[in-house]
Amino acid sequence: MLRTWMPPGGLQDELVIAFEKDRASRILVLPAWYDEANKLRRFTVQVMRHLDNLGIDSFLPDLPGCNESLAPLQTQTIAGWRSFARSAAKQFSATHVLAIRAGALVSPPDLPGWRYAPQTGAKMLRAMIRARTLAAQEAGRKETAQGLMEQGLREGLTLAGWPLGASMVEELANTPSPKLDAQPEIAQSEVGGPGLWLRAQPSEDTDQANKLAALISRSLDASMNGRP
Amino acid sequence: MSTNPALEDADALSNAVSSRTRIDAELKSILSDVLGLDAEEVDDFSPETGLFGHLPELDSMAVAGLLTEIEDRLDIIIEDDELDGEMLETYGGLLTFAQTKLHQH
Repeated sequence: MLRTWMPPGGLQDELVIAFEKDRASRILVLPAWYDEANKLRRFTVQVMRHLDNLGIDSFLPDLPGCNESLAPLQTQTIAGWRSFARSAAKQFSATHVLAIRAGALVSPPDLPGWRYAPQTGAKMLRAMIRARTLAAQEAGRKETAQGLMEQGLREGLTLAGWPLGASMVEELANTPSPKLDAQPEIAQSEVGGPGLWLRAQPSEDTDQANKLAALISRSLDASMNGRP
Repeated sequence: MSTNPALEDADALSNAVSSRTRIDAELKSILSDVLGLDAEEVDDFSPETGLFGHLPELDSMAVAGLLTEIEDRLDIIIEDDELDGEMLETYGGLLTFAQTKLHQH
């Protein structure tokens, strides 16, 4: 289930969680980012386990700068993660992609697949900046969203404990969530129950993970039978 | 449409009550999603129930997520300078803020 791979241009091996049994469908999983990555980690791997049970291979590489990656987080950019996702798709011979939340921002556009509850960079940045102004307020310091944004664009910013470089701040603010016909959106309402990214603390929901895996499996069956 | 002023007042009052009930239900539903509580537990929230600074799981990131979700579901924008300790400290504070905000809308 765990193995390593060398991303192009990488300095060292990076970790990938892989359910790989040489089956016809091979899904590259692009995880949620930052705070949401923690909250959705267990869910994401649970979905992969269910996909495995349904006869589908899947791959979840660490994004550079995240989890066990030795690359520094503050030098990462959306453009860089996009190119990483493209390389990973090629390396793992992915037939499809499952982009979760902000993962949709870097999904390879030429792969068919799904975007689960896609999140825009602007909204995510807004919430992270707000968390910082709230924490500052609690600590008796005065920080404004506008001031933090200016600082972020100038020199980068640490938000909710995540160091973001200036390029990343700029890209988050300005990169629209792509709408790709080949990667239809799976809305949370189709999965049922509240999205786990909303939860104050990381949690799990087997029913939701089951449902998402089942939706994907059904969609794969339909496309193999020539139905949309 | 009614031309009787007394009836119009009654309509306005009933609209205000139903909007208050709707906002209350929506806020409780969001809090139940964020805190991972059952609907019944959140239903017991009173205006005095403490939120930010009282519930350990409601840290600044969780409150920021909560506010973003409120914006989405009630279709409002919460400005930076509208955030103060009072509005986030209790359920009643949050409810009053959301109602005022929706009336301005």
